[in-house]
Amino acid sequence: MARYSSLLEALGETPLIGLPRLSPSEDVRLWAKLEDRNPTGSIKDRPALRMIEEAEADGRLTAGCTILEPTSGNTGISLAMAAKLKGYGLVCVMPENTSEERKQLLAAYGARIVYSPAEGGSNEAVRRAKELAKDHDDWVMLYQYGNPANARAHYSGTGPEILRDLPSVTHFVAGLGTTGTLVGVGRYLREQKPEVQVIAAEPRYGELVYGLRNLDEGFVPELYDPDVLTGRYSVGSYDALRRTRQLLETEGIFAGISTGAIVHAALATADKAVRAGKPADVVFVVADGGWKYLSTGAYSGTLDDAAERLDGHLWA
Amino acid sequence: MAVTVSIPTILRTHTGGEKSVDAKGGTLAEVIDDLEANHGGIKGRLVKDGNLHRFVNVYVNDEDVRFAGGLEATVADGDNVTILPAVAGG
Repeated sequence: MARYSSLLEALGETPLIGLPRLSPSEDVRLWAKLEDRNPTGSIKDRPALRMIEEAEADGRLTAGCTILEPTSGNTGISLAMAAKLKGYGLVCVMPENTSEERKQLLAAYGARIVYSPAEGGSNEAVRRAKELAKDHDDWVMLYQYGNPANARAHYSGTGPEILRDLPSVTHFVAGLGTTGTLVGVGRYLREQKPEVQVIAAEPRYGELVYGLRNLDEGFVPELYDPDVLTGRYSVGSYDALRRTRQLLETEGIFAGISTGAIVHAALATADKAVRAGKPADVVFVVADGGWKYLSTGAYSGTLDDAAERLDGHLWA
Repeated sequence: MAVTVSIPTILRTHTGGEKSVDAKGGTLAEVIDDLEANHGGIKGRLVKDGNLHRFVNVYVNDEDVRFAGGLEATVADGDNVTILPAVAGG
């Protein structure tokens, strides 16, 4: 049944796609979970909707409320759609160095954007949002970095979908931002199949983003649970772009740049399995499509030029 | 064992502004001790109470050492060690 009474209900149940050309062998297979097939085109629809529903259920979010959220873009777009349909206002605190498309989409949905400085990246957006929350006690901050509903959306949705569609799954690879996807899916899969490996792909940005004044301004999301993870890769923009293009060229999947970083970690994981002579079914997340990054020049020209253009941008 | 260590902006006061320095050691702990010998004060920024500082991430060839033995993670000749402050995403 593919009929829904509203866009919000068309969430999840995303396809899991075999990747015979990208997979290193018949025994070590890669699979892409197409999360760009969600209502606003990213995996963030899952946590965004879940956070809203739980806040409604516990009475924190009521008709006419304004939602406040620090976001580098996708969570904001997901919240903006849901807020529009449910009649909430939305204020997004977003680093100024995110893609033009993200800004335009948020504005189109009617969200108000408060920009935080490029220096310090999302850490600064989080800090600014916490300040705003103090000054506006009538605003409701859902706070994706610390809201257990974020991980629960994946624990009860994404994770079970993967295990149902591919019971032989051995590895799960996803991006590390709020940590909600990895912690939620990872916790579910490891409860069901303790031997499953859970691997994070973390974006490595240009120096601007790490321009903190001191190390104690560093930030680890409250949701993060290192016990769920078994490995973590840091992937720079050159490798992320290279893999984004490789995924398009080999398998026809037009994905965003953070997915390239995830593919990079998934291929490293698959390579380890090949060298160990062990069969593997590696599932990775396609977090969003490439549409929102066309203006960054990620898909055209040489990789070196594209990586240079991306320097200083937040692409995950 | 000689490795190359990438230093984040925030710690370059210890390396005279150098973005990347060479160091020796068979484990991350030995590499950090060697860094300290040549760039005094850096160890205190990286290690707290015998563990890596909560907001410091260290990668050997792009893999997080926290999943490879932490300070006891082994490093090999020619490895790239990257030090980065923890930042948010999403």
